[in-house]
Amino acid sequence: MDFLSALSQHGFLQTAVIAALLSSIGCGVIGTYVVVKRIAYIAGGIAHSVLGGMGAAVYFGFDPLIGALPAAILAALLIGLIRLYWRAQEDTLISALWAIGMAVGVIFIAKTPGYQGDLMSYLFGNILLVPEQSLWFMAGLDLVLLLVVAAFHRQFLAVVFDEEFARLRGVPVTFFYLLLLVLVAVTVVLLIQVVGLILVLALLTLPAAVAGHYVNSLGRMMLIATLLGITVSISGIALSYEPDLPAGPTIILLAGAIYVCSAVFSRLSQKYRAKNTFPLPEDK
Amino acid sequence: MQNVIEIASVDFSYNRIPTLSGIDLSVEAGEFLGIVGPNAGGKSTLLKLILGQLQPHKGSIHVLGSEPCKMSRHVGYVPQYPSFPRDFPISVEQVVLLGRLGMKRQGNWLNRLWPGHVGQNDMAAVNKALQEVEAENIAYRQIGSLSGGQLQRVLLARALVAEPEILILDEPTANIDQRMESEIFDLLKVFNQRMTILVVSHDVAFISDYVSRVACLNRTMVCHRTDAVDGQVIQELYGEHVRMIAHSH
Repeated sequence: MDFLSALSQHGFLQTAVIAALLSSIGCGVIGTYVVVKRIAYIAGGIAHSVLGGMGAAVYFGFDPLIGALPAAILAALLIGLIRLYWRAQEDTLISALWAIGMAVGVIFIAKTPGYQGDLMSYLFGNILLVPEQSLWFMAGLDLVLLLVVAAFHRQFLAVVFDEEFARLRGVPVTFFYLLLLVLVAVTVVLLIQVVGLILVLALLTLPAAVAGHYVNSLGRMMLIATLLGITVSISGIALSYEPDLPAGPTIILLAGAIYVCSAVFSRLSQKYRAKNTFPLPEDK
Repeated sequence: MQNVIEIASVDFSYNRIPTLSGIDLSVEAGEFLGIVGPNAGGKSTLLKLILGQLQPHKGSIHVLGSEPCKMSRHVGYVPQYPSFPRDFPISVEQVVLLGRLGMKRQGNWLNRLWPGHVGQNDMAAVNKALQEVEAENIAYRQIGSLSGGQLQRVLLARALVAEPEILILDEPTANIDQRMESEIFDLLKVFNQRMTILVVSHDVAFISDYVSRVACLNRTMVCHRTDAVDGQVIQELYGEHVRMIAHSH
């Protein structure tokens, strides 16, 4: 109840809740693609190398988010091209990009004159400090995500489900694969506000993975993951408020706990079902 | 009759190891061609060349009078192994619907301007294809819950739903039992009335009951003939003594 009364009094809490809502749309919709296409490692590479762009922006006196977006898109395209044309070295190259991006960021931030306490908030985010004008930026990113996904959802489904077949049907697979990674990059930027770039990966994959335990269509998976993302992030803010815990890690722990319970539950129920069904003769 | 596939003196090699050499093959519209041969004899490579996934190092390939990669949309393809994860959250109906991608967008403006739009004609085609392969009762099942035979029917429906002029199948019955094998081939016989069919198989004797012609492939085209495949041809093809077991259906 304390959180609710505080919510009605404090503008920063209202902003935090709206930021949680906005970021959950990205994590539900794009997180679903990340989970089914199994590109969490690629998403991690994009997320971490973004620090390079944020550091450069801070150094040259811009809003770090201004640097984050182009850095994320650049990292997405680089990683996408590596996967498409340099497959043998894929994981080493992504790890290299991951580390180089972060190192560049840390150096820029260290060399920025003045107070440098912000580093922690880039790494772990601080949803309680989201400035109000960032909400418009986040809403804009959400709109772009939703429009692109709605326009090409069949093409994206074809590419994440079966690249070989999509190519035979004349779908430009390379284009849509890179576009998908760019959308992942945009989502990473959305989520950095909330949980910071270290924890982005968890919010990108956990809600969608939980949803994936229970449904058999991407649309429903996106919907459930989005609702779960909203629930987890708002309850995380509420839970962290009273004992004054950092909100980002609280959100992640909550998401992690739900994921572990769901994974165990769905595994056990699968086994239970397997034990209680006789092998059926192959029906037509 | 017009030739739908025209292959002239084609060579292909993977990393300088010749896989196919001097392949000549013409397929007429309406044929039901069986391609047989030993493992690693180049059967799948030949299919990939026809589908435009690989380019020949020498020679030329024409499909429906044009380059293969431009024509792959008019060709239905059923792979030997599904190239997707079986636990993917997708229903049978949605899998078949993906086969409609790449079709010319017709109808109202919504359909033409919105690439993600699913039109009524798309759904009608999906239902028809599922009926044709006798799989309409599993339309809403998740793809991972299907048996091998059911999955094969779904892959067939996904190829049919684009109304292809040529249907290509790579070992369509390798992973299912004998009874299902003949059921699938009985379906193919029906589809053959309106499209050309190429089917790769290792089971010479079985497919000779269905196909109108057999092409035997072992790096080179050993033979292609309309009459029944006899023991001598098999020996030429496999280079050693192989026992033929008569199938009766």
